[in-house]
Formats: sequence, C-alpha cells, structure tokens
Amino acid sequence: MNLYLPIANLSVNALVIVALGGAVGLLSGMFGVGGGFLTTPLLIVYGIPPTVAAASSATQVTGASVSGVFAHLRRGGVDLKMGGVLVAGGALGSLFGAWVFRLLQATGQTDTVIAVTYVVLLGSIGGLMLRESLQTIGVSKGRLAPRPAKRRHHPLVASLPLRTRFYASGLYISPLAPLLLGFGVGTLTILLGIGGGFILVPAMVYLLGMATAVVVGTSLFQTLFVTAIATLVHALTTEAVDIVLAGLLLIGSVTGAQLGARFASRAKPEYLRLALAIIVLLVASRIFLGLVWRPEAIFSVEPA
Amino acid sequence: MRRAALLAVAAPVVMAQAPAPTLVPDVSQREIEIVYSFTGAELLLFGAILYPGGRVPQGRVPADIVVVVKGPTQSIRVREKQRVAGIWVNAEDLRYRSAPSFYAVASSRPITEIVDARTRAIYELGLDSLQLSPASSAAPEVENRFAEGLVELRRRTGLYYEAPGAVEITGGVLYRARVQIPARVPVGRFTAETFLIRDGRVLAAAVREIDIRKSGFERFVARAAERASLAYGLVAVALSVGLGWFAGWVSARR
Repeated sequence: MNLYLPIANLSVNALVIVALGGAVGLLSGMFGVGGGFLTTPLLIVYGIPPTVAAASSATQVTGASVSGVFAHLRRGGVDLKMGGVLVAGGALGSLFGAWVFRLLQATGQTDTVIAVTYVVLLGSIGGLMLRESLQTIGVSKGRLAPRPAKRRHHPLVASLPLRTRFYASGLYISPLAPLLLGFGVGTLTILLGIGGGFILVPAMVYLLGMATAVVVGTSLFQTLFVTAIATLVHALTTEAVDIVLAGLLLIGSVTGAQLGARFASRAKPEYLRLALAIIVLLVASRIFLGLVWRPEAIFSVEPA
Repeated sequence: MRRAALLAVAAPVVMAQAPAPTLVPDVSQREIEIVYSFTGAELLLFGAILYPGGRVPQGRVPADIVVVVKGPTQSIRVREKQRVAGIWVNAEDLRYRSAPSFYAVASSRPITEIVDARTRAIYELGLDSLQLSPASSAAPEVENRFAEGLVELRRRTGLYYEAPGAVEITGGVLYRARVQIPARVPVGRFTAETFLIRDGRVLAAAVREIDIRKSGFERFVARAAERASLAYGLVAVALSVGLGWFAGWVSARR
C-alpha cells in the first residue's frame, strides 16, 4: 500500500513504515526506551531524508512515552521537580541543537556528524550495558560476588553551587547538574531524533545518584516534554516534521509497545538488558560500516 | 489592404524558400496532481507533423522527433564525499544556479545519430549536453566530474534519463512518446519541448507546459508546514500525545 509523504516528498510503502514503527515499539515496550535511536537510522536506510527522519522520529517518541509517563505518575514514580529542571535544560538544549543543525547544514557535515555521534553514543552505552548485564547474569548464576551497591553522586556534581533538595530523588544537589544533563540530551534530541532515555537513565543513576524508583519515570517525563519541544523547534526551523510519516510510525509503535510491555513482564530484566545491549551495538556497527565503506553515492545534492 | 496584398504575393516565395513543417503537440495531462496514492505518473506526449501541402516529403530520410521534458530549475549544491581519516565525509562542493530538477529526453532514434554535438548543446538534447552553469568558477575537469556525478545520481533515482526509441512515428505524420515521471519528482511547472529534426537540422519546435502540484490533503499539509509552522508543530505533538494516550487507555481497559 503506497502512500505519498507530503513533507518528505516521496512515496513509501505504508505497511513497511507501520511495521518498522511496530518493531521499534515492541522493543521500547520491552526495554522501556523510546526507540528513537532505532527509528532514525532505519528511516534513513529506507530512503527518508535524514532531517525528516530525525524530526519525525522525535514526534513518534513523544507518543511512545505518553502512556509510560501516566503509568509512572500514578504510582509516584516521577520526581516532578527534577523532571522540571531536566525539561528546562532540554528546552535550552533543543534551541542550541537547532543552531548546531543550521551550522552543520551550512558546512555540509550534517550526515557525518549525526552518524559519528550515533556510533560514539550507541557504541559506548551499548558496551557499558553489555558489560553490566553480563555481570548481573554472572551474579545471578553465582559465579561472581555481587558488587556492593553504592548510590552516590559524582564528585563534580557535589561541587556545584546553589544546592537544593529533590525529595523524591533523595538528593541534595545543585539544580545546575540536571540542567546541564537536560541541555545535552535536548541537543541530541534535535540532532538525532532520539528521546535520550538510554543516556539519561545511566546518567541519572551513576552521575546524579538518583533513587532508582523514580529514574525511569522521570526520564520518560523528560523525554515526553523534550521530544515535544523538539518537534516544535523542527516545525519552526527545518520544517521537516512529516505528520503522515510520524502518524504511520505511531500507529505501529503504540501497538508494538503494548505487546512489548507484556513480553517484558515475563522475561528476566538482565536478559532483556543483554538483548538491548546487543541490538544497540548492532545498530552502532551498521552505522559505523556506513561511514567507512565506500558509499554507493559519492555525490549528494541539497538545495542551495 | 495593400499590406495583405503584399503578404499574399510574398507568401509563396517564403514557402518555396523554406517549406517548413509545423508541429501540433499535445500532452495527455496538463496538470498532474499529487495525492496520497501518487507513485509517479506516465505522460503521453503526442501530436502531428504538418507538412506544407499536407504531403510527407518522399524519397528522403524520414524526420526524427525528440521530446524533452524538463522540471523546474533549482539552485542546488552538489557535494562530493572523500575519504578523510578512514571515513567518508563531504569534502568538495559545487553550486549550480539552475539545474533542472527533472530531465527526460525521448527520441525516435539515439540522439547522437540524429544531431551533432553542437546542435545538441544548443537545444540541450541529451544528458551530456545539459547546460548546468556552475555558480562558482572551477577547473573544467572539476566541473565535468561534478556534472557527471550529478547526472549519475539523478539518473539512478529516475529524475534524469534518456529514452532512445521511446518516440513512435506513424505514417511520418503522427508521433507519440511515453515519459515516466517518478514519485520523487519536485512540484512546479514542467515543460515538454518537441523538436522535429531532419538531416541534423531542427525544422520545427513546440512547447507545452505541465503543472505538477500537490493536491488535497497533501497540499494542505505541505502548506500548513510552511505557512503555519507553529500550529503545524502543535498539531503534530497533539497527534502523537493523543495516539500514545489512547493506546495506553485501550490496553489498560483490557
């Protein structure tokens, strides 16, 4: 079933896009991630222009995070104060991201920078997740002694001024730390079309030292608002949000997410993390190969 | 009166000097509307060759027809990737002020057999005769490399192509050609130029215009994104929040 995308200016097979959204949704339901890091590269591989792919995938992540945020809000799993600071940082970051985007477009390095950032981010986070999940699996099989659980924020975070209390997170730290974190993730949301959960969650745990009960909910809260802001920023600057493309992705992903959540309740979390780590590393290596292999098209055209 | 009489006297003289045939071209669609189901279009370009006196000249090489369909020109920048420190990045670039966004040439025989290089260049017949006019000056070999790169890139996506033999001429007076317009085509005013060529000389030429535009919902969306960006963005956010919330609500009820 072919459908013409009015902003991407090309005709796609609607079923393929819905299936793609469904597969990403399945993963996001299983692993609790937005899945933007999969959607954007997959759309680019399918032939959607990179900017449209990033913009529309940000829109899709908004939808994918809504039901999660509500669920976490109901059971008090969101630190609203922390979330608010992160969103404020994210809003500033997305404006900065839009500026970087324009700069990159002018120099023609958008695709390369996006690809390199993906490889570095996905490679390092995937590697960390792989190690961590393998360790956990080792622990649960009794081969390794469990490491003592420590929950402390990074010394750099402790040195920042203007400390305030984040009750739900059990923290007394400077709001500048989450603000900066939000800023960085917001920039990446604009550039890569990702929600940033897979960066935010480890950063909240290991850098800020937040109480684990509110980490996922607060991260989803940030994702929901920052991807919404990113959609607006894209709509106003690059005009690359394809509402038809985002709609197709959403139909697939919201359905997939519900199925994924059911799968997840049956599987062991450390195996889920191991599987996610492998997927993340596979995506990273695919993008890396795209950078080092001689591309099919040496020349590219853009409007001037 | 006197003028008309003069013309009447002069006309046969002119006719005798150059018994120029004329072309009566037409296209199957003057307007192509892009709607949700658009996957490209097929244009049928047809028409008649009118010879003075209504007779096809006998005993000579039959005339050829060349049809050139061009999309609106665009100002573009072509970038070339090079390997830098192991990865492929955009390195050199060349800007063109007016490159056709679509270019198809259909002919009754291969172009090179019909006209020589000079005529091809004058009328822009054939992919190697495109007048691409770079905006910045560059060495000729660089210009050639970029022009070839651009043509090859667009040939691959079906935006530029040559279709020798795609024009059918019936009885020496009626011609028809089919030209495929791909789905990735840009919107705007297209021109279809028809040339009647014999012995390497263009005897007659005629132009028809075709408008390609988005229509209905597609046009509404494209316009909204362009003119009411903020509202468009808000609707996109509302759509995704709504769909996500709805799906959560449905699954919570089950």
